[in-house]
Amino acid sequence: MELFKLLIRNALRHKLRSLLTLVGIGVAVMAFALLRTVVTAWYAGVEASAANRLITRHAVSFVFPLPLAYRDRIAQVPGVDEVTYASWFSGVYIDKNQFFARLAVDSETFFDVYPEFVIEPKQFEVFKRERNACIIGIDIANRYNLKLGDMMLIEGDVFPGQWEFVVRGIYQPRDQTTDPASMMFHYRYLEERVRQEMPQRSGEIGWYIVRINDPDDSAAISREIDRMFANSRAETKTETERAFQQSFLSAASAVITAMNIMSFVIIGIILLVLGNTMIMSARERTHEFAVLKALGFSAGQLFFLIAGEALILSTLGSALGLLVTLPAVEGFQAALPKGWFPVFYIKPETIVFGCVSAFLVGLAASIIPLRRVLTTRIVEGLRHVG
Amino acid sequence: MESPFIEVVGLFKSYQRDSLEIPVLRNITLNISQGDFLAFMGPSGSGKTTLLNLIAGIDKPTSGKIFIAGMDITELSETELAVWRSQNVGFIFQFYNLIPVLTALENVELPLILTPLSKKQRRSHAETALHVVGLAERMHHFPRQLSGGQEQRVAIARAIATDPAILVADEPTGDLDKTSAEEVLELMDRLNRELNKTILMVTHDPRAAERARFIRNLEKGELA
Ligand SMILES: Nc1ncnc2c1ncn2[C@@H]1O[C@H](COP(=O)(O)OP(=O)(O)OP(=O)(O)O)[C@@H](O)[C@H]1O
Ligand SMILES: [Mg+2]
Repeated sequence: MELFKLLIRNALRHKLRSLLTLVGIGVAVMAFALLRTVVTAWYAGVEASAANRLITRHAVSFVFPLPLAYRDRIAQVPGVDEVTYASWFSGVYIDKNQFFARLAVDSETFFDVYPEFVIEPKQFEVFKRERNACIIGIDIANRYNLKLGDMMLIEGDVFPGQWEFVVRGIYQPRDQTTDPASMMFHYRYLEERVRQEMPQRSGEIGWYIVRINDPDDSAAISREIDRMFANSRAETKTETERAFQQSFLSAASAVITAMNIMSFVIIGIILLVLGNTMIMSARERTHEFAVLKALGFSAGQLFFLIAGEALILSTLGSALGLLVTLPAVEGFQAALPKGWFPVFYIKPETIVFGCVSAFLVGLAASIIPLRRVLTTRIVEGLRHVG
Repeated sequence: MESPFIEVVGLFKSYQRDSLEIPVLRNITLNISQGDFLAFMGPSGSGKTTLLNLIAGIDKPTSGKIFIAGMDITELSETELAVWRSQNVGFIFQFYNLIPVLTALENVELPLILTPLSKKQRRSHAETALHVVGLAERMHHFPRQLSGGQEQRVAIARAIATDPAILVADEPTGDLDKTSAEEVLELMDRLNRELNKTILMVTHDPRAAERARFIRNLEKGELA
């Protein structure tokens, strides 16, 4: 007989109550992980941003184009390593509910600056040579069952007309933070048709991506670029890729803040559920704890009994919760429109955080019952009628 | 003459209720030799349980001294008292106070966790104690599967498992029928005679008190 045996028997004493506590903790942990995962998905762009990339866009708004002529001038700025650019093509593929990024890019440099899109060199060579070729992410290929050589028909909106692309490359995301569902094609193909069909929009690009040698210089280089185009027809705003991505979030920031707060409220709920169970148990056992104290059991041993039981419940509960989180996250993603969150995964930090909070909550939930047990005098405890 | 085993000197105990001080024990002085079997009797509320608890070291007096084997236990800290109890006192309660989720054997092993004995030794000690109380066949039963008399005998086995010098029993037969009460008293008698345990028992039952070698009466917090 060890004290541990008593701990286990205590935990199993009220099976229904323990089960309900476990399920309560499990559901809360799942909700926590799900919320954190949604927040993660929202921040995916920020997470994926590289410290050595700056984004230069129109000072007024991202939707206004910049002249392609800026490119060479930006490249002259000391500390700038490479300049590439992209245009937001948008358009409708199949129907309006298919979300993924469609970009016209400078195929010579874009993939240099974005090494996280991993393409086989052979595919890339073929892509570069073909006028209306495109590269798609593996998720797009899977989602629409597209293979190399397949055609993609896109109804233009920002750039009206029927557009035909042929899939010549399928990229793999380098890691979990990389968007696996984008489509890129040659800017020169876009420009070719724009020049014929909408000549007034010729020679414009959406934004520049500037790779710099030293991330520490990002502020100085940004200032220098923007100074260069001050008082020109199209003033620029340059910022780090991270800041740029964050500016996209500002519209949703209230929602994200709410979700962040909610996820911590959930931890509080877990604490209440478990704390309540532990307080009830300890109260019912007032008599027994008094007997244990009379027999000579120490405060440390009583702590072991009470906190141990709380930890068993909280650990099992959160294990249960994390176990159902995986299918829950998948179900959640399936329920959303396709491509809503291109990057959607459970961060390891979320799991670690879940486990650590379960542990801390277990300890915290035992504070009140333990205090009560320790401060109740033995003779009072023995008198107690439960 | 050497000093007695238990020596209570000028013991006072009062409880504070609101701003009122309620005296419960008044100037108790008492000597008990090793191997005595002493019964405390007296009307309800006369302070019997309080006195027993003080001698057993689970309560602190307002003033006065309690020397046990020459040591003043009123001077000990909570932690020291806990250790002292685990080595010197066995408890027998009116309502047995067994842990319901532990078997008879496990209940008896419980106080042995506080000793330096190995797991194996603890088990064999507990089995021996259950033999002594005649419940060896019931050792894997849970308290709810035992009769009141059997539960009390398990409680006695738990009290003697660590081989303490003193047994305190607060109305050990108070909740038992006549036959079971006889068995329990017989057992306590044997523990006193054969194992030389010093037994302090509180009881209302004159038949129980008859088993003791001495009877002391408490009246409104004073020894008569
Ligand atoms: N925690 C307490 N607070 C206030 N008064 C108390 C407390 N404990 C005991 N008393 C009082 O002390 C007195 C003696 O109590 P005690 O339990 O020692 O009596 P007793 O002789 O054992 O009685 P009984 O035969 O009914 O068990 C009683 O009047 C009781 O109300
Ligand atoms: Mg009493």
